Amino acid sequence: MNAPVLPASPLPASLVENPRLDRWIKFQPDRTVRIATGKVEMGQGIVTAIGQIAAEELDVPLDNVAVLSGDTTHGPDELYTTSSLSVDVSGGSVRLVCAEIRAKALDRAALRLNCSRDELTVVDGRFLQNGAVTGQDYWTVATEIDFTQNVTGTTPTKPVSSYKVVGQSIARVDLPAKMSGAAFVHDVLPADVLHARTLRQPNRGAVLASLDEAAIRRAAKGELQIVREANFVAFVSPVESVAQAAAVAAPQHAKWDNVRRLVPEQQEAAWLKGQPSDDRHIGAPPPAAPLQNLVQATFSRPYIAHASMAPSCALAEFRDGHLTVHSHGQGMHPLRQNLAAALGLPIDSITCQHLHGAGCYGHNGADDAALDAALIALRVPGRCIRLQWRREEEFGFEPVGPAMLVTLHVALDAKGRPADWTTEIWSPTHVQRPGSGTGFLLASEAMANPPPEVAPFDPTEQRGGGGTRNSVPIYDVPAHRIVHHLVMRPPVRTSALRGLGALPNVYAIESLIDDLAARVGEDPVAYRLSILSEARSRRLVELVAERAGWASRGPAGTGKGLGIGFARYKNRAAYAAVVAAVTVRETVKVDRIWCVADAGLVVNPDGARNQLEGGIVQAVSWTLKEQVRLDDQGIASRDWESYPILRFSEIPDMQVEFVDAAGNPALGVGECTVGPTAAAIGNAVNHALGVRIHDMPLTRDRIMAALLKV
Amino acid sequence: MDVAFTVNGEARRVDAAETTSLLEALRNHLGLMGTRYGCGLEQCGCCMVLVDDQPAYACTRELGTVIGRKVTTVEGLGTEAKPHPLQQAFLDEQAGQCGYCLSGILISAKALLDRNPDPSRADIVAALDKHLCRCGAHQRILRAVERAAETLRNGRPA
Repeated sequence: MNAPVLPASPLPASLVENPRLDRWIKFQPDRTVRIATGKVEMGQGIVTAIGQIAAEELDVPLDNVAVLSGDTTHGPDELYTTSSLSVDVSGGSVRLVCAEIRAKALDRAALRLNCSRDELTVVDGRFLQNGAVTGQDYWTVATEIDFTQNVTGTTPTKPVSSYKVVGQSIARVDLPAKMSGAAFVHDVLPADVLHARTLRQPNRGAVLASLDEAAIRRAAKGELQIVREANFVAFVSPVESVAQAAAVAAPQHAKWDNVRRLVPEQQEAAWLKGQPSDDRHIGAPPPAAPLQNLVQATFSRPYIAHASMAPSCALAEFRDGHLTVHSHGQGMHPLRQNLAAALGLPIDSITCQHLHGAGCYGHNGADDAALDAALIALRVPGRCIRLQWRREEEFGFEPVGPAMLVTLHVALDAKGRPADWTTEIWSPTHVQRPGSGTGFLLASEAMANPPPEVAPFDPTEQRGGGGTRNSVPIYDVPAHRIVHHLVMRPPVRTSALRGLGALPNVYAIESLIDDLAARVGEDPVAYRLSILSEARSRRLVELVAERAGWASRGPAGTGKGLGIGFARYKNRAAYAAVVAAVTVRETVKVDRIWCVADAGLVVNPDGARNQLEGGIVQAVSWTLKEQVRLDDQGIASRDWESYPILRFSEIPDMQVEFVDAAGNPALGVGECTVGPTAAAIGNAVNHALGVRIHDMPLTRDRIMAALLKV
Repeated sequence: MDVAFTVNGEARRVDAAETTSLLEALRNHLGLMGTRYGCGLEQCGCCMVLVDDQPAYACTRELGTVIGRKVTTVEGLGTEAKPHPLQQAFLDEQAGQCGYCLSGILISAKALLDRNPDPSRADIVAALDKHLCRCGAHQRILRAVERAAETLRNGRPA
């Protein structure tokens, strides 16, 4: 552990794509070092964590590190901020870049001081020679370093055992502003700003037959510009409430042709089965002979909203042929490319800069709002356009997390252990991020020539899969396979929601594991340990059981339940074991959650715990309460009354901890708790009632129906 | 129409219709961006302010109803340089993730502690239950309010 860490090869993808040192690091005249990252802050603390990594590797004070995030002019292209990869990929890149710069800077200083590099140390960014002040530091030698060179990634990084900044619970750098005033893209209001709202095309292919502009102007009661292009309509005014009033009034004054009609069954996961699908078979070949001792069970979760606290917002200004966009989207370089494609502009004429937004938990309306703002800006040049989605617009038109139906077909051996395992999945795609191949910025569908529809696809297994994410059990199963039915035409636009398929898959797998344990009359924890050989996994299951007092778990069917859920996110990121204690009467109350996680090296323990806690609370909310409702025209749950989420009075007590695993590489933590939490609740409800509820959310109606079956 | 009221202890005037929302007046006319738009429906609490020391949803509150009254926004609690004990306690507990809901929650917590300096956990939950937080920072927020209450009690002359 004391030896310097030789970098793993190959280079992180971000360094392969952005090899030049000056894309990552710059020493600035005010004695700060600017570290650029393509990953963006969404409340997960990445800007703080990246700063810690740079401060550590360079040995400069954290206060002297300025993190530039999501900037298409100066920063690296790291695609989207997703999949719990930022600390690993961007942090890993920053670490290698900083190690290399540190070595180069010390080489230069040694030349200047005519000494051996071994005589030099770095303290607070200053170079000491045998402990004595030299007057040299990063900033004095920076001009002699060629930052246009490519990073080699061959400079050893610091040993983990010497870390002083990484591994500390540093307070988030961005939180103070958010608690005292302006802090978000929503809060930027240039003096001559124009406020904008949209009228949304009800669905792709709908045609705006007529729009009573006069009636809308009467409702708006103020200076109003109506921007129209094909089936895209926006209302622009120097007075925000005027634009808002126009948008509120607009639907009743718009007539659309070719409006798609939905039926109520389409809001349920069960509808997915039998729909046209692209089918894939992954893993072991189909069983040669009919399976003996076969157990089958089907689980589901419905469409889920991201339900960001802030409806999406963007600023755009088109001036002197250049478009500048400020957005809270998850990737500024992809947004720039997508805007260029949608607007038909050369990419060099667009700049995108990230500004903070509310938590998004996946692909919400952020990117779409940016195109809305840009479309208006091109037609109202020279003015800053502030485009704000309305609450009902965010709920009604953001892409939602896909509904999923998961059937497990498991053949048992003589001891009741899984011998052959098939996870069969029906799901719409989990990723329609613009530019990923299948998705488009929403308003581009309203243009006269919308981009041609492309058959949806899911992230590859190499990237962790979409609907198939976490569908392979982590347990010792001799043969397992996935049958994936990618449903081609879901009733709503679907895309990435925190964890993708992990939550429904882990819910299904962990529910069935409990049921299999019950078949052989074994305790669920003991049963798991009997088929779980990997050491890191065993340690967590044992530890969470100990923390939760599992040994004194009461009998089933009392209305009080204790249940466990375990998974390793993507089977390759962080591990999380969760125990839930619930009380079930007519509804489920989650009383307490214990969570033990293994994320390898944790850069900021308190920040990472905050992520575990947030994932737990969100998963409790999804599992107990949430379902996007449809009516004949689309998403019907368009406010917080019709889409309730967990409240303060429903929040469980929580005890979360990381096991010490700092000798292992950092593993992303943002999504690791969602599947295990849902599964633990399902199993706890099963323990409380003595009956399994297969379909999420675990609502009062489902509880009552399950009890009637007992 | 010139509407006069007190904001964070200062006399202010806003030239806007009386039917303008207090939220729009605070943000777009007075530049106080800490009060946030979340739903416009009194359902989320992002826009909570104090009107004469009582929590009020700024999104639906008409400007005309605050004439001559005293409005407090999160900017009136404290600043980054000089945070209010509530803001400091939220920072100490790192009680937040994205932070979008926090200014409204801080306002309701302020109203609670002003009327009840020693609230129970249940009192705090009841005071904050009208607020939504999607990131799941609830437990930290509850701890932060308890911490702030203790700080304020200890700081006050007996």
